[in-house]
Amino acid sequence: MASIGTGYDLSSTTFSPDGRVFQVEYAAKAVENSGTCVGLRCTDGVVLAVEKAVISKMLVQGTLRRSHIVARHATLTVCGLISDGRVIVDHARAEAEQYKDFYGRPIPGHVLADRIAHFVHVYTLHWHVRPFGCAVLLGVADVDGPQLYLIEPSGLSYRYYACAFGKAKAAARTELEKLKLNGSDGKALISCDEGVKELAKILVKVHDESKDKDTELEMITVTDGKDGGAKLVPRKVVEEAHAAAKAFLEADDMED
Amino acid sequence: MLGELEGTVVFRELLALFPTSWLERISSHPSSEAAEKTVTMSGFKLTSGSGRFERDANVQSSASGEPIRHTQRPMVTGSSVIAMRCVDGVVIGADTLASYGSMARFRKISRLHKATDMCVVGAGGDLSDFQQLTTMVDKETNRDYCFNDGHGLSPKAIHQYVARVMYNRRNKMDPLWNYVVIAGMQNGDDGEEAKPVLGLVDLVGTHFESEVIATGFGEYLGLPLLRKAYREDITVAEGKKVVEQIMKVLFYRDARTIDRVQIATVTKDGVDMGEPFKLETEWSYKAFVDGARAGDMSTW
Repeated sequence: MASIGTGYDLSSTTFSPDGRVFQVEYAAKAVENSGTCVGLRCTDGVVLAVEKAVISKMLVQGTLRRSHIVARHATLTVCGLISDGRVIVDHARAEAEQYKDFYGRPIPGHVLADRIAHFVHVYTLHWHVRPFGCAVLLGVADVDGPQLYLIEPSGLSYRYYACAFGKAKAAARTELEKLKLNGSDGKALISCDEGVKELAKILVKVHDESKDKDTELEMITVTDGKDGGAKLVPRKVVEEAHAAAKAFLEADDMED
Repeated sequence: MLGELEGTVVFRELLALFPTSWLERISSHPSSEAAEKTVTMSGFKLTSGSGRFERDANVQSSASGEPIRHTQRPMVTGSSVIAMRCVDGVVIGADTLASYGSMARFRKISRLHKATDMCVVGAGGDLSDFQQLTTMVDKETNRDYCFNDGHGLSPKAIHQYVARVMYNRRNKMDPLWNYVVIAGMQNGDDGEEAKPVLGLVDLVGTHFESEVIATGFGEYLGLPLLRKAYREDITVAEGKKVVEQIMKVLFYRDARTIDRVQIATVTKDGVDMGEPFKLETEWSYKAFVDGARAGDMSTW
């Protein structure tokens, strides 16, 4: 060992002398290489949006989904390793189903977020597994209204009004803060339809032209009420929002 | 200490009383094998789903090792379900009664269940078995919803699913005690128009599709009337009236029904579950007042 403090990053079961678990921090790095994910709590539901790099011209549009449906009232987007995310999605679905079986009602958002976080956290404790290389944004619309949660690879879970993760998370969070999200009573001001447009604008704005040439947006909403449910935003709507966002920002640049 | 020793001796003596085959049965309990195979980590199972051994264990023997006893008769029951396939959709009706033996125990329950936007499932027979069955169907439709691939479970798929469940259960000698009617609109291939579908599954797993279906007492009194009223070009609006009329006939003659019915329809516009309503009845007919006597002519 070259000096004190090195060599503590090989196992998630060993703390470094200054109290850090490096393996878990490295997992968070895996997430930061991912295409940006943004989520927004709206008046009538939650919108989750994600930017996907088009890695080949031969790629079929809409392939390799990063947003998933967990239950009729819950959606999830994966930020980081997509295949790791699928394990979380599978587990989240099982939790939602188990809760419904046992309590006879849909799983509340905070319970689902807690259970996912618990599951993710367990993978930071055992030597024979590695932590998840992904964070997930969880959108839930139930009797308690729309809720947005972020679960990190460490097993931390926070509830947000709006949040971003991935490559351009800092820039995206700054943009989200500029939006007028809540009234003085803490209630949301933006509807899901507007949210789709706003998130498209943010994703276009924080997009780094020099790194990724071509990108595709994927969005999913979950709404409450009679015709509610988890629905992938139709490709046509996303493409329109994407094009409108690009046009808006170009016009903005011209003015400057 | 002494108590413990005594207990052990008594236990040994007790063991000697049992036939050895019982003990083998306890020790080779399939669920104990399954428990060893399940890998867990801080309480989380690392493999998903339930193993075959785990699933079948509760069928083969109870926790105490004794043979378990299956349902041998239904408890809280529903009577007739009346359904007709029409040109533009399907009509399915049932009364809202669940009887406990001959007692009219629950008078405002629904025996029709909306399975998907294009399918209604109705049942006669044991009500709790029906609730279990709808829970299972809902679980399948929910899983399908999560896949989000633009396809949903079709009425024919649900019919087939229910048939598999019923047949599987009867082979375990533990049937779900129901006659299940599945009504829905089936999307055609290659953009063909959606077609009405009507099917039945019974408690032994017999399944078929038919233009008219009736269960319970309705199988005897309702089916001939359904067949008489059926035309290839009958519409849902007409079919609704036929079903209502038959429910009325059944109310006059079946002692396990009630004058509150619910009639649901499935058309290309989707499912209309229909509000429960009270049947209008007329009791001043001579035969009802005087009572039937030997030598009376049949009225129908």
